Amino acid sequence: MRARSRVVAEPDGHGGTRLPVLHSESPLLLRRTGPTTVHVVGGGAGPLRGDDLRLEIEVGSGATLEIRSVAAQLALPGRAHLPQSRLEINATVAAGGTLRWLPEPLIAAAGCDHLSVTRVDVADGGSLLWRDDLVCGRHGEDPGDFRADTTIRYAGSTVYRHELSVGSRAPGWSGAAVLSGGRAVGTVIAVPATLLPPPTSGPGDFAIMPLAGPGALATAVGTDIRPVRAALDPLTEPALIHS
Amino acid sequence: MGLATLLVLADGRLPSGGHAHSGGLEAQVSAGRVRDLDTVAEFLRGKLATSALVAAAFAAAACERPGRSPELDAGFDCRTPSPALRKASRAQGRALLRAARAMWALPPVGREPHQPVALGVVAAAAGLAPVQAAVAAAHGTVSGAASAAVRLLGLDPYTVHALLARLAPECDRIAATAAARAGDPVDDLPAAGAPLLDVGAELHATWEVRLFAS
Repeated sequence: MRARSRVVAEPDGHGGTRLPVLHSESPLLLRRTGPTTVHVVGGGAGPLRGDDLRLEIEVGSGATLEIRSVAAQLALPGRAHLPQSRLEINATVAAGGTLRWLPEPLIAAAGCDHLSVTRVDVADGGSLLWRDDLVCGRHGEDPGDFRADTTIRYAGSTVYRHELSVGSRAPGWSGAAVLSGGRAVGTVIAVPATLLPPPTSGPGDFAIMPLAGPGALATAVGTDIRPVRAALDPLTEPALIHS
Repeated sequence: MGLATLLVLADGRLPSGGHAHSGGLEAQVSAGRVRDLDTVAEFLRGKLATSALVAAAFAAAACERPGRSPELDAGFDCRTPSPALRKASRAQGRALLRAARAMWALPPVGREPHQPVALGVVAAAAGLAPVQAAVAAAHGTVSGAASAAVRLLGLDPYTVHALLARLAPECDRIAATAAARAGDPVDDLPAAGAPLLDVGAELHATWEVRLFAS
């Protein structure tokens, strides 16, 4: 399937946010679920081989947008002769704008061949919280091939550039340098760094690290998604934890 | 070709401080994940595909155009989220420049560039080609961690060197890939990350007693 979905958030002039553009193409269906919240609703199985999905996000000056998803994304094999599935996300955040990307995990099922490319450009004075969780295979299975390619730019300079590959085409991915048989990994990138607690490491395979430029990264690796959630949820769901 | 020059630069006896670093191995030995030759091998394969590829690409790019080193240094910074790893890389870059200044005439380069950037600039000054800088970077990344494995786990040095011999063709492949991309814009250079190397380096930096600096 081919989808081009797009959301634009801007201030409504009364202290809130309006969405002048909320354009969805299946299977990337966007639904407004709150004053500043949009959920991605999967309109079909996958991503599957051959899928070419693109999501454009634009947050204007003074607007706040939080994007979530109703369920995990499950990357599946699809038909072998088709090209790898691809999800490309391009987001921009203007000065004074806030974007929080807090989707459910991506599960790389056995036999999948999926690429996820993320490009986020935050203007000087914008703020960003960007979370991605990955589960390597469904219960008891090895994952297919998956690669995440992420670039975060702030005030015109790249502050975070990262690729993560798992599966048979990524030598040593389950060795002790990369995930060590860990079935799950999650990251939260924050710009500015003050959106995360101060730098720390542990308990377990968890650290909050100040980037060289503006921003910070929290990383958690776990044998399954539970320790990853236990480490990262308090960083992205403070209201939930405090209530 | 300068093959003998390449051997001088890639020699583990070059006094550039590399012996003080385990390439992240000490943290994973302590976590119980690296215990024997097989787990060392998987650690090194993962390291080759991630941090060694990135190091090789930045060494090749700095060798091809040493004048691009400030931009490459910033690019390496944003591929290294762990402050402990940034510090270790800059310390090794500074130590390499110190040794290399006595060996070749170096162009101006920052006081404390990241190690792969320093290696590329030094390789260019020594008359080496980008692919040679890349192979020195890839080989250095795995051989340093392999020698740390001998010391930390008491492994048989013969079997560890047999492992390095098996990984040598992969080092060559990675160096060729890195050199082919040496002219790419910095954002397009390889950025393969290894989450446990990042997290492990941060945990390791908090230890009061450790054998290796990183």
